[in-house]
Amino acid sequence: MNTSTSHYPSAGTSERIETRTLCVLVDNEPGVLARVIGLFAGRGYNIDSLTVSETEHEKHLSRITIVTRGTPMVLEQIKNQLDRLVPVHRVVDVTTAGPAIQRELAMVKVRGKDEHRMEALRLADAFRARVIDATTESFVFEITGASEKIESFIALMLPVGLVEVSRTGVVAIARGPEGM
Amino acid sequence: MTEMTGAEMVIEALADQGVEHIFGYPGGAVLPIYDALFQSQDRVRHILVRHEQGAVHAAEGYARSTGKVGCVLVTSGPGATNAVTGLTDALCDSIPLVVITGQVPTHLIGNDAFQECDTVGITRPCTKYNYLVKNIDDLASALHEAFHIASSGRPGPVVVDIPKDIQFAKGTYSKPKEFQHKGYKPRLKGDPDKIRQAVEMMAAAKRPLFYTGGGVINSGPAASEHLRELVKLTGFPITSTLMGLGAFPAADPQWLGMLGMHGTWEANWSMHDCDLMICIGARFDDRITGRLDAFSPGSTKIHVDIDPSSINKNVKVDLPIVGDCAHVLEEMLRAWRAIAPKPDKKALASWWDQIAKWRAKKSLAYRGSNDIIKPQYAIQRLFELTKDRDTYITTEVGQHQMWAAQFYQFQEPNRWMTSGGLGTMGYGLPASVGVQMAHPNSLVIDIAGEASVMMTMQEISTAVQYDLPVKIFIINNKYMGMVRQWQELLHGGRYSHSYSEALPDFVKLAEAYHAHGIRCERPADLDAKIREMIEIKKPVIFDCVVDPTENCFPMIPSGRAHNEMLLGDASVSVEDAVTDAGKMLV
Repeated sequence: MNTSTSHYPSAGTSERIETRTLCVLVDNEPGVLARVIGLFAGRGYNIDSLTVSETEHEKHLSRITIVTRGTPMVLEQIKNQLDRLVPVHRVVDVTTAGPAIQRELAMVKVRGKDEHRMEALRLADAFRARVIDATTESFVFEITGASEKIESFIALMLPVGLVEVSRTGVVAIARGPEGM
Repeated sequence: MTEMTGAEMVIEALADQGVEHIFGYPGGAVLPIYDALFQSQDRVRHILVRHEQGAVHAAEGYARSTGKVGCVLVTSGPGATNAVTGLTDALCDSIPLVVITGQVPTHLIGNDAFQECDTVGITRPCTKYNYLVKNIDDLASALHEAFHIASSGRPGPVVVDIPKDIQFAKGTYSKPKEFQHKGYKPRLKGDPDKIRQAVEMMAAAKRPLFYTGGGVINSGPAASEHLRELVKLTGFPITSTLMGLGAFPAADPQWLGMLGMHGTWEANWSMHDCDLMICIGARFDDRITGRLDAFSPGSTKIHVDIDPSSINKNVKVDLPIVGDCAHVLEEMLRAWRAIAPKPDKKALASWWDQIAKWRAKKSLAYRGSNDIIKPQYAIQRLFELTKDRDTYITTEVGQHQMWAAQFYQFQEPNRWMTSGGLGTMGYGLPASVGVQMAHPNSLVIDIAGEASVMMTMQEISTAVQYDLPVKIFIINNKYMGMVRQWQELLHGGRYSHSYSEALPDFVKLAEAYHAHGIRCERPADLDAKIREMIEIKKPVIFDCVVDPTENCFPMIPSGRAHNEMLLGDASVSVEDAVTDAGKMLV
């Protein structure tokens, strides 16, 4: 979001900022991610998180999930600007299109001894995080869930001995039988 | 299905796409294509420019004056980077181009090879789409797709980057077929319900105004015809952006002149005071709107555009219609006739009365002189002496461009080629070369400034080589006039680096290029010398020496609204009229 890129005083600066999750179906061709990211960088839009992978191999289609912020007018621009990129097939704003599920996966490395180790395991259990690597002085937990849940988990791990975190960013899908 | 080399495929595809002319400059990475061109000169004619930027602008001029796709062929590295300004210009003004760039062989890509650059990376933000063809089997379809994407929907430039080994490789050429891109499907037809709604709003309007733009020109001649019919049928006033000039005839009484920063008093006041704005193929650019929060505060806005991202970008509109101008205008006409509305004649008459009062301000008036040529006068005389001819006008960028837009009255579309969005100084001369190539028997004039024209002056050599009798009409005020004007109005008259020092003798310069040079310094000589320029059947550089201190008015100072225009003979001092905040703006 950057309404100040205009050379003229904008009427829209007082509008509220919203967060949206966009699912973008694109041809998996060289440079397609650069086109999407370049659009955001060039026009001063925000990317809070971005996830991309080929999802339909035989059609060479990739699905990009972008979490972005802006005023309603800027968010409409983002959607329209994405939509007009030649390799983009569809853009769906899953935040507003109907009920949707949004999830992230994180791997969280914690280091500690004795009581800290026990505490880490107890918390992990409460959050349904799995141990996917262990040494005598560390764990790596795998946790999935909404971003807020992962944030809380990381916050709790901090005093226990948080070393590092790797997160996928948000992926999202609409509830119900219909495809995007 | 025939076996041929990649280079031969390029020629084959160009011929199949109906390309007659291609503007270019050879170099190492495109030599195979130049070799193929050499062997098939009867199929595609190549025009050798003097700089790759000139090739792209020439192709733009060609495209804009014909409605066809302009084509360019340049080499890798500097050939491609020199084309970037032209590509950006074409993207801003929605001009269909296919630009073929050579690339180092595929096995050298990424190795910092000689004359290598990341062409697709560099041109990604300044093209509608681009390709790097790494497989000979993809070449023919990439070229055909490029033409389709460049010319359909909102037009724009497309780059096809072809490594040298692909130019040598042999493969099977396929003819263009009905193009079905999986994701790319521009929408042409507007929503009929919305069109009906628009017409109902038009029928009920008391102070309506058509605000049209380059989209009407890009949509083709039919769009201009439908627009004229609709404007006549409704009896509404019409104004247009710089890009849209010519779609509606300037001689018509319903025409209010251009709007925006240097628009007429009547056009801008009508924008400010209208109750219904019907925007067709324009994009509410900052040069049009002025201060956004004071832009046409009381109006309901209809916006027709083929590009959904142009809608609600700067100004929120009440009724957006996504579609091609020609289609939507045709449907609007049909709907208007079907509804057979009875507009509020009394309200319209009083709206026209108000407009007549604004017109009476004569906002384009300037003080004439018998001693020194006023730039506005030069363009008025140029118009009077060329209006009955088959004339095409290009311009550079600056004061002369605005004066040309104000004083040269365009009656037809595709006659006016100017760099609107990007504002590229040096556009006009190469563009005129492209226009003249497409219209060999027409009168093609580049209304230029002495500073702009020096940026691409070398293209006069191209004009001479191909016997293109373009007329370079230089409004020579010895300043970068628009820069000087802003420095006068906004920077306390400190003319920092805006004086054109050490100018060449343009007459001698013309002679050095084997063109014809004319200088005119007195108003009394102007007509005779313009006639001389027109009669000479070779390229002419016309050095029209004008008043160096003349400013371009009306002017909406940056950060001001449509109803805060400055006039040339305004009683308020110009200095006081610009706010400190306005000085910050471009």
